[in-house]
This record gives sequence, structure tokens and C-alpha cells, in this order.
Amino acid sequence: MKELLMGNEAIAVGAMMAGVQVVTGYPGTPSTEVLETIAKRNDGSIYVEWSVNEKAGMEVAAGAAYAGARSLVTMKQVGLNVASDPLMSLNMIGVKGGMVVYVADDPGPISSQTEQDTRHYAKFAKIPIFDATSPEEAYQMIQDAFDYSEKYHTPVFFRATTRVCHACASIEVGEFPKITKAEGFVKDSRWVIFPRLSYLNKKKVEAREITLAEEFSDYPGNELIGSGKIGIACGGIAYAYVMDAIESNKEMFTVAKFVTPFPFPTIFADRFLQQVDRVIVFEELDPVIEDALIYHQGVTHTTHEIIGKRTGTVLNAGELSANYIAGVLNEIFGAELVVGNQTFEDAPKVPTRPPVLCAGCPHRASFYAVKQAMKGKEAVFCGDIGCYTLGNAAPLDMVDTCLCMGAGITIAQGLEHSKSAGTKFSFVGDSTFFASGMTGVVNAVYNKADMILVVLDNSTTAMTGHQPHPGIGKTMMGEVSAAVSIEKVLVAIGAEVKIVNPLDLEAAIATVKEMDEKSGVRAIIFRSPCVAIVKPDQARHIDTNTCIGCMKCIRELGCPALSKKDGKAVIDPALCTGCGLCSKVCPTGCIVKD
Amino acid sequence: MKSCLLCGVGGQGTVLASRILAQAAMNQGLFARTAETIGMSQRGGCVVSHVRIGEYVSSPMIPEGQADMMIGFEPGEVVRNLSYLKEDGIVITCKQVVQAVTASLSGSDYNAEDMIAYLQRKVKHCIVIDGAEICNICGSGKVLNVALVGAAAQSGAMGISVEDVKAVLAAKLKPQFLAMNEQALALGAQCVTQ
Repeated sequence: MKELLMGNEAIAVGAMMAGVQVVTGYPGTPSTEVLETIAKRNDGSIYVEWSVNEKAGMEVAAGAAYAGARSLVTMKQVGLNVASDPLMSLNMIGVKGGMVVYVADDPGPISSQTEQDTRHYAKFAKIPIFDATSPEEAYQMIQDAFDYSEKYHTPVFFRATTRVCHACASIEVGEFPKITKAEGFVKDSRWVIFPRLSYLNKKKVEAREITLAEEFSDYPGNELIGSGKIGIACGGIAYAYVMDAIESNKEMFTVAKFVTPFPFPTIFADRFLQQVDRVIVFEELDPVIEDALIYHQGVTHTTHEIIGKRTGTVLNAGELSANYIAGVLNEIFGAELVVGNQTFEDAPKVPTRPPVLCAGCPHRASFYAVKQAMKGKEAVFCGDIGCYTLGNAAPLDMVDTCLCMGAGITIAQGLEHSKSAGTKFSFVGDSTFFASGMTGVVNAVYNKADMILVVLDNSTTAMTGHQPHPGIGKTMMGEVSAAVSIEKVLVAIGAEVKIVNPLDLEAAIATVKEMDEKSGVRAIIFRSPCVAIVKPDQARHIDTNTCIGCMKCIRELGCPALSKKDGKAVIDPALCTGCGLCSKVCPTGCIVKD
Repeated sequence: MKSCLLCGVGGQGTVLASRILAQAAMNQGLFARTAETIGMSQRGGCVVSHVRIGEYVSSPMIPEGQADMMIGFEPGEVVRNLSYLKEDGIVITCKQVVQAVTASLSGSDYNAEDMIAYLQRKVKHCIVIDGAEICNICGSGKVLNVALVGAAAQSGAMGISVEDVKAVLAAKLKPQFLAMNEQALALGAQCVTQ
């Protein structure tokens, strides 16, 4: 039967078809659903874990592949930076069982701090990469990725981008194979990295690059479509946009779809170049295919004109679209392609609608408590990656810095050691604390920093869709495990710790004031569960007789359940979770329970 | 091939609506693609879902000017995304606005009436649905998506019938939510026949 599968689900099911036995990863949009899908469809024969971070995930998957099992590790593009330490040695050690590193890139960026192109990592690490153009292609291609990994004893990258990861397509899914037990770890000096071994293996890796460039030239996914004299080289979702864009005048073009950007399929590229007069390249993120073509022409002394990002013609940041591509082809080649041309300049203005903390989100209360406690005092608020990054928006305005996972804790230390003014606060979520916050706290205590760590503990990894983490005591195999206590970890490191419910606003403010009076590394754990994982309390409502229309609730909190109507504040009962924060802010006490 | 763009605000249920349309098409043996906003924007930001059904199509994303239909969960979001609509495309929109927090703060709130009036002036076939009323009757704020899908099916613009959608609901929803959603589906469909 055909199923409507999301790209990430198709990749998951494809990996299961390939007989994957060990799956690890760290959640991150747009990669998360791969591991979740495998956990959901698992009959118990596949080991699945959310690892503490991407480095741990990569190493667990590598260990499994050493033992001959097929393994998969999943992450988003910036997660690969965390996992790059093991990656950049594993590439020279290699694997026995097939190991696929699934990385989801995020052109835009839509849900990430940066646009980062994983294809560079493939080239850097000298390991092959597959880049799917659609969910159905991804389903087949991930199975091939496992085969290549095993055949060449190397980890293999599998990359997709948001519009493939989160697109759905009808896909015919077969029966999952029976998992056979892996051979098990066999002791051998090949698993111990030493300078001499790296030197010898590097020679093999370099030789493999040439072999794979030839082999990939015949890989069915690398495809020439059409026979026109204008060549369009493309990869990833840009291929789909190109095919939509040229629909009304296909005869003009030859489209070359590159699904293995590294090792670059040189013979396939030659076939393409021989068939066309001029070339334009459409790919999102960086000019990887474009640079490979230019480089290849340098090596082979050929001289096609290559138009793309390097000529300043194609966008070098953000997403592409069929309309954009059609526009470029019309302008440069007079292609007369149909583009959407309805304009609505007279449309009434619609205000921007940035994402916000949910109604009733305990992070809002935490930020508000710190803001109130520090009113009139100098303070810097170092933020981090998670739902609570949204604390940057007005009216809270409580994120002064945000860099990468865990960095809020250590940036604060740098500000402090440079004698920058004010109390340094670092906000970190519970999952992020485990992923990469703990070492920063050790650094703070060891190096005598003066700062207040605020752990926003909502008992889940909320931003990516509520995954469990080491503090929860539940695993992806559905088992109960020992929950790691954040407070005990902090006390063991040497920080003074206070725990308070942020929705108890008075106590929360008092705790922050108390900690502000002290020095050294002290921590406040604001503990209150994410509103999406608990039953809401009774919605509050506003007594319009006593509401004076001061709008303090809206101005101070910015809760999406609050809005203005006829000069008074109103609460949307469908959104309100009854957290009660606004009733504590209201000067007239007009916000009440029904 | 038919393309439908669904737009609204994170949390309104656009993802389920697009999956229902796609599944209904697949049940007829048609090929379907969708693309949805998943991630940070789900926290009250703008969300759009693309649905493309019929013969094989390359891209899950509808090019601008190519949507046969737009389903608006919020009229301001329809105005924002109107460039996706084909010249003779149809719009089905809920009439209630969802004010953005930024608008509430800056006082740049907008009126439902202005948005609806603009859409009715610009779009030949614009069907406005009182989503709040339907949700009220059905006793849940969560059935707006199904009501809108009901109207979309009844319009015939996607080649999917109300019965097709009903079959998908029966297969997809938990039994305790089925009656409520079937009622919303019927009420949504009625908005088109009247």
C-alpha cells in the first residue's frame, strides 16, 4: 500500500528497510522525525536512543558499526559541528557495518541560527555524501547509502534540506527485513588511531575518492534530463524547483541532477558538459556543485561559461523557488517561462507575525521574574538555543546574546572577565544543560566566575517537539531509566542552587534578588512543566467592570492569549492555560477564574 | 494537477488539514505531495501548507500564481499569501482574525472587515466562513481545520468530495472525536451550497 510519508519518515523507513540496528541522534529541526519514526515503528529489534548530544550519538553509532551492525546517527546541520570531533577521526578509521550520518540542512534559515552546508563537511572529511531531491528518492537512496558505507568501510553522509525533510509524498513501502545479529566486535589494531595508521589510511581514502567519482558517475540518481543546449546543473530541492520552472519550455534545457556532490561524479559531469553550450547552476546554500564544475573544468582544460552564485547571478543566501528560477532563466536566456505575476500592491497592511512563547509558557514567568527582580539594576542576559530564545521578543526583551548550544553560560564568563558592567545571567534549558551546558558550569566554578545560571527546567525538549532527555528518566526504547538530577549535578560541580516555581511570581522574584546579593557561581532552577505536556488549568477571564483598560498585562507579558477589545483587555479562552501570571501583574485584580 | 495553499497561524491545525486533503486524493489513486511549516513558526507564527495532487509533480512547493485554491484559517494570512493564487483561483477563508502579539503591543491591530472586503474585491470566488460559529456549534475550537476542508471539498475545486474527506476522517481520527468533526465537515460544506 502507498503511504503519505514525510521526507524524514521516508528516510527512517528506508533505513529500516536497509536493516539498521542501532539508531542514535540529538533532536534538531528539521532532522528530528527520522529517529522518532524509527522508534515508533520499532518492533523492539532496533536499538534507538536520543543521545545527550551529537558527539555522543556519533560515537555510539561508530561503536555499533565497529561491531558490524548497521547504524544511523541523526542531527541538524549545526549539530554536526558538535559531532565533528569524532567525525574527523572516524573518517580515517572507517567502519565495518554500514554507518550513515544523517544531517538535515536548513536553507533560509527557517529554524536554525545559520545556513550551514553539510556538503562542505563531506569534502572536508573526505567521505561520500548523498543529497536527496524528494522524499521518494530519499527512501531509496538511504538504502544505497548503507550499501556504499559497507562496501567502502566508511561512514557515509546522507543530507536532506527542510523542504525535503518536511515534504510528504505517496510512497510504496515494503516489508521490513528481519534483523540479523551483528558479528560483534573483533579486536584489531585497525580500531586504534595512531599517526602511522592515519597516514596509511589517508592514502586509501584519497584513492577511494577517485574510484567513487567514477562509480557515482553511473549512479542512477545522477541524471540528465532533456537535450537542450542550455545546461542547468542542480541538486537537492532546487532540482524540483527547476523542473517546475522550465515546464512550459523544456526543449531549451538539459538538466543535470547531482545527488552525489562528493566525490563529484566527473564522468557524469563530462557527459553533461559535452551536451550543452552554456551552464547555469541552481543549488541552495553554498556553490558546491558550481565550484566542483569550475574546478573540474580547470583540471580538464575545458571552458564552458558557468553562471551561478560565483558570477553574482544566483542568490547566495536564503531559499530558491520555482518563480525565482524562472525569472533568472527568462532574464539570462530569454526563456519565456511562465512566472506568477499577480501583484497586490494595494493590499491592506498585515503586521509581521513572529513566533512567540506559547500562552501560559513558564519561560515567560521566569523571564518576567528576573526582569522584575533586576529592575533599576545593571544586568546582562545571555540566552541560549531552545524555545526560550523567544524571550528576546518584546515586551520581555530578555535575551542580550545568543550564539550556539550552551554558549550562554560561557559567554557570560567572558563578559565577566572583561569587567563588563552588571550581573551576568545565563539562561539555559534542561535539555541544553545536559547537551552542552555542564562543561561550561565546570569552567565557571574552576575559573572563579561570578554569574547566575538560570536553568529553565520544563521537563522536556520542547522546541523540537517534546523529546525525552537525561533528566526525564525515560528512554526512546520505552524504558524507565535513572533520571539525572540537574540540582545534584550543579551542587557536585560546586554551585549554590535554589529551586523555585516561576509561576509563583513573588517567590521567584525574591529568589532572584537573594541570589543577586551573593557572589560566585550560583544557580536558580525555575521548574515548571511545558504547557504542551500537561493538562491546562481553568482559563482565566477578565471582569470588564473592574478592568481599567491600562493594558499592563499585554504590555508587560505579551501573552498570545491576551488582546485588546473596545478599550479593555480580553483573554482568548481557547488559548489560556490558566497559568495566572497576568492576574499577578494586573493592578486592579480584574483577572479571575470563572 | 491541482494545487491548494493553506495558510494560517501556528497552532490552528493546518498540518492536519493538508494531510487530510492529500490522503483523500491518494485514496482515489492519485499522486500527492505536501509541504508544511514545522518548527519554530508553529509557536504562533505564520504557517503555510502546500498540497499538490493529481499527476506527478516535481516540487512540493506551489509556485506563486499557481494555486487553484487557497484555504485561509485567518483572513490576514490570506492577504499576505495572495500572490500564490491563480488568476481564476478560489479562496475559502475563515472570517475571524487572530491578532499578532506584536500588533497588540504596537497598536497596529487590523480589522477582519478590511481584509475580507479586500479579498472579495480581488478574488472572483471568495467564500467566507464563520469559523467561530461552527466551532461554537461543535463545541470545540479545534474543528476549524475540518470545517474549512469541508468547504474546500464542497467547492469541487480540488476534485475531492465531502464523502472522500469523511472516509479519511473515519480512518484517521480517534472514535471519540469523529462525530464532532463530521458535524464540522458538514457545516463547512453547507457554507458553499448556501
